[in-house]
This record gives sequence, structure tokens and C-alpha cells, in this order.
Amino acid sequence: MTAVIDKAALDEAAREPRWWQAPPRPVWEDEPSKAGVAGKGIVLAGACLAVLFPLWIVIVTSLSSKKTITEAGGLVLIPKDITFIAYQELLSGGQVTRAAIVSVCVTLAGTLFSMAVSVLAAYGLSRSGSLGHRWLLMTLLATMFFGAGLIPTYLLVQSLGLTDTYLALILPSAVSVFNILVLRAFFMGISPELVDSARIDGAGDWRILWQIIIPLSRAVIAVITLFYAVGYWSAWFNASIYLSDQSMMPLQNVMIQLVQKQEAPVGVSQAIKTGQISALAIQMAVMVMALLPVAVISPFVQKHFKKGMLTGAVKG
Amino acid sequence: MSNSTVPRSRAEAATTEADPRAEAPAGGRPEAKRSGRLSLRLRFRRDRTLILMTLPAVLLVLVFNYVPILGNVVAFQEYDPYVSENGFVAMLESPWVGIEQFERIFADSAFWDAVQNTLVLFSLQLVLFFPIPIVLALLINSVIRPRIRAVSQAILYLPHFFSWVLVITVFQQIFGGAGIIAQTLRRHGYEGFDLMTDPGIFKFLVTAEGVWKDAGWGVIVFLAALASVSPDLYEAAAMDGAGRWRRMWHVTLPALRPVIALLLVLRVGDALTVGFEQILLQRDAVGPGAAEVLDTYVWWNGVRNQDFSYAAAAGLIKGLVSVALVLAANKVAHFMGEQGVYKK
Repeated sequence: MTAVIDKAALDEAAREPRWWQAPPRPVWEDEPSKAGVAGKGIVLAGACLAVLFPLWIVIVTSLSSKKTITEAGGLVLIPKDITFIAYQELLSGGQVTRAAIVSVCVTLAGTLFSMAVSVLAAYGLSRSGSLGHRWLLMTLLATMFFGAGLIPTYLLVQSLGLTDTYLALILPSAVSVFNILVLRAFFMGISPELVDSARIDGAGDWRILWQIIIPLSRAVIAVITLFYAVGYWSAWFNASIYLSDQSMMPLQNVMIQLVQKQEAPVGVSQAIKTGQISALAIQMAVMVMALLPVAVISPFVQKHFKKGMLTGAVKG
Repeated sequence: MSNSTVPRSRAEAATTEADPRAEAPAGGRPEAKRSGRLSLRLRFRRDRTLILMTLPAVLLVLVFNYVPILGNVVAFQEYDPYVSENGFVAMLESPWVGIEQFERIFADSAFWDAVQNTLVLFSLQLVLFFPIPIVLALLINSVIRPRIRAVSQAILYLPHFFSWVLVITVFQQIFGGAGIIAQTLRRHGYEGFDLMTDPGIFKFLVTAEGVWKDAGWGVIVFLAALASVSPDLYEAAAMDGAGRWRRMWHVTLPALRPVIALLLVLRVGDALTVGFEQILLQRDAVGPGAAEVLDTYVWWNGVRNQDFSYAAAAGLIKGLVSVALVLAANKVAHFMGEQGVYKK
């Protein structure tokens, strides 16, 4: 009899804690006080709420009908009737549609280019003692200590004839030395035996990079890809100084016009004037379009952040 | 972390600290010492692929980070953009004026206002922003339910990935004249307000926006430092009768000290950069009196007023002071026995 009871107790003790249960505390640690736990919970919940509440208002308002928005006197807290009319209007051609396409294309092209350049450079610099290794690395590193300044950079981009082209949104910010260092540190951490055995089997550097290093570095590559993509997606300043044609502007710049300067986008203004759609819903919908891709993708990469941030380089 | 091996370069020092394994060569090629015996030609033959791979990044950096440094010569000219279509040709043909631009800048009260605004904002950010990620990290670290940790981290990291345009428009919806707070107040018969256009509190607003966007992200570094503290230390402290707070004071905080010192050094070195895009976006709403910082001063005079030489001179002043600050901050860190950005 006793044996059976003991077994059940053992099973109970050995079972992994369910997600709502706390894992066991070490024996030497005293139980925290109820007040302490409550206090911590309130602060943490408050911090999370401070992030989520504004986003909630923006999303709900973008999905509200004109009637609900008028009743609420502006921003809507509690959703009443969900309508996608603002998004339909924005995505049915016109300025915002074009800006969204521009942003997506610049982000895709830019991220691809930046990643290619960065991964190659990180691998090229991952072998200390190779010819020129030190000089090449120093050339990159030194840029973390100084900036050339806005005006000389502006004059350079202009001299190269990049103004009013999308290259001006990609090339000047294509390389982040910090990102290269993170990738490099990760590559250097990969077991040299693997690389050696591949080399003995006759693989060259290109093949080693493609078939060994990259497959083993998926986590850090995901993080750096996200960093670059977010950079391109969020950028607006270069577009504001290098592009003069309004129809070339990416989404962030259109959002500045729309929400900060309260101008109705071309193509939508008619629907707002005739009273079909609330101008506020349109503004909020543009904001949601800007935040959604980022908010959807970044949590999936989250578990790799720590690795990505720390293998290389708190220090840079 | 082993400090027994002497790093070959500053660069090396930066990375080996973070990852001790970095000492091991990834390729199994002969170590630096041995390769020194090989002739240059052999070494080139061996490493040419590596050099080729590094070249695109180095070229981009040379063109977009190094060449513009030379462009700073316009600070000593009276640059005239209308001399030629091409900026480079215009630069060659513009007259030299010596340090005239600098004299003009130092005589401009708007410049000194910008300096003052920059320094005030930097201090505010240091005092109000800097401690928050540390506190949040201690808080999250003390939560033992993994699911709660993961979810709260995911939420707190999120705003870091939003653009400044988005962050500021989000703040408008809360604190602006048509924001949710003013709107609710008006509905209940109170006076509304607009914090977004109030020059008096602008610097606090900028700091708050920074906290909302990046305080959660700042947690990551501290959490990693906390995770590397051996539980044995806590256990030993508990055995010696240290309670929760004393364990935090005597075990946790000393473990965070190098990270805190490093981040402080980085922040002080970057003191003159207080959020260019963020402030530029709000400059029109509050006016330059409260919102002009050094970076926006350069932008205004150069990009807006097309006074390139004047703006380049102002940018050059900022750049030189910044480099001096980074180096000085490192000296101080070394003096205090901490690792700076690079080793001594």
C-alpha cells in the first residue's frame, strides 16, 4: 500500500509545472509576502497596459464607423460596430496604397541587400589572423566612434546623383557595423571542427558559409534580419530630405502628413468630404498599417533576441 | 571571462569580452602567429575569398561614412549650391573663408539655446530614463512563472520596433488636444489640454516618449547579466542570513555594475545626441525655442535654409565634441576600474 502512495506522490512531485503554476522555489528561498507579490504584479501589469492601451485605442478607432466615432466624440475606447471601410478606402488605390507598396518594396529590397552584405562581411572577418583582417575590421569599427555629419552626407548623396531615387533610401544606411559584429561573433562561436571537416572534404569558403555557417546561425540571422527590416520600415528622414516627389514617399512620410499635419490623403479626401468615412478612422488605419507588420513579426523572433544581442556585442 | 590572453587589437577586445569562444579561429586555419611565416602572396591566395566577401561592406562604409568626413571642408568655405548641379564640383569652386562660419555660430544665441536644450534633455534622460530598465529587469527577473515572464517581455519590447513617427502619433492620441484624456475631460465639462504643443513640458514629453519606446528594450541587457549570476551566490547569501533586499544589494547589484557602467559610458559618450528624428518631428508643434537641439539646429540651417557651410560647421563642432566625450567617458570608466567600450 505505502509503495503505491509513494509512487503517486513522486509522480506529483516530478511532473513539470503547468504554465499557470510557479516552478518550485529553491529551498533556501523564503516565500515572498502577499503584498510584495501583489505590488510586483501591479507594476508589471501597469507597464504592459501603458504599452497596450494606446495601441488598443488606435486599432479600435480605425475599425469604428463614423457614427460610433461621432458618438464617442473622437477616439473610441469600446468597439461597437466593426467596419473595415477605412482600410478598404486606403487600399483601393491612391496615395496611401502607393506609399504602402513603396515601403514594402524598399524594406524587402533593402533588407535583402543589407543582409547579403552583412553576412558576407561577418564571415569574411570571422577568421582572426587572415590577411588584412585587422585593417578591414578596424575600418568598420572606427565608424562607431564618429559620424561624418548630416550636411556632408547630404552633399555626398546629392553628388552621387542619388537624390530622387530609391537608392537614397537604401545605400546610405545599408550597413550597420553593429549588426555585422553581432553576426561575426556568432559565426566565430561555431565549432571550428565542423568547418575543418568541411574543408578537408574540399568545401571552399562560399560553400562553408552557405551550407554550414548559415544553417547553424538561423537564430541570429532572424534577429538581424528583423533589425534591418524594422530600420527600413521605420525610416522617414532620408526620404524627407532626398526625395522631392510626393508620389514617391513611403508610408511613414505619408503618415506624418496625414496624422501630424492633418491632411487628407489624395484619393480619400473625397470620401471624407462626402461624409462616408471619418477622417479620424482613416488616420488611425494608416497608423495600424504602419505598426501591424512589426507587431506581428517581432514576437516570433523574440526568443532569439537575447542571443542576438549578447553574443556579439553589448560592446560593439 | 578569461583575460589571460592578450587581445590582438582593440577590436578583438570588444568581442572577446562578450564571447570567450571568439578566441578560437572559426576556420581551423593556422593561427596568426604561424601565418606570419607565410609569404604575403600565399596568405593572399589563402584568404582572397574572405577579403572579397568583406569588400562590399567596407566599400559602402568607405563611401558613406569616410568620404563625407572629407566633405566637412565646406565648414571652412562659403559653399554655394548654385555654382554647379553637382555638389562635389560646387565644393571645389566655393571660396574659402577660414573660420568665419565658426565665429558666426559662436555669436548666434540660437546656437547656445540649442546647446542648452541638448544638455538639459540629456540630463533629464539620464536621470529619468536610465534607471527604469534596471528596475524593470529586477522586477521581471524576480517573476518565476516563465509564461508571465515571456508575455510581459514580448509586450514591453514591442514599442522599440515602432518608428518615431508612430510613437509620436500614438502619444498625440493620448496627450494631444484631440487625445483621449483631453476628450474625456471635455466630455465631463472640464477644460481640455494639449501636452503635445506645450513648450514648458516638452522636454519631459520627449523623455516620456523615449521611456515608452525603449525602456522595455533596455531590459534585455540587464536580464542577460542577471541570468549569468550563479544561484550559488544567492544560496550562500541566504545561508548567511541575508534577506531578499540584502541579497539584491550584495549579490544582484554588484553583478549588474559592469553593465551599468558600460551603458553609462556609452550614454555619456553620446550625450549630444538626444533624439534627432523624434525631436525634429515635434519641432514645428512646440517651436524651436524649446525643441531646438544641436542636431535639429544643423538640419534647420543646412537642409531648410540651405546655409550648408554654416550648418556643416555646427555639425563639425558637435562631431568633434562627441568624439572627445566618448574618449573621455572611456578614460573615466578605466579609471574607475570598469571596462569601457574598448580596453586600455
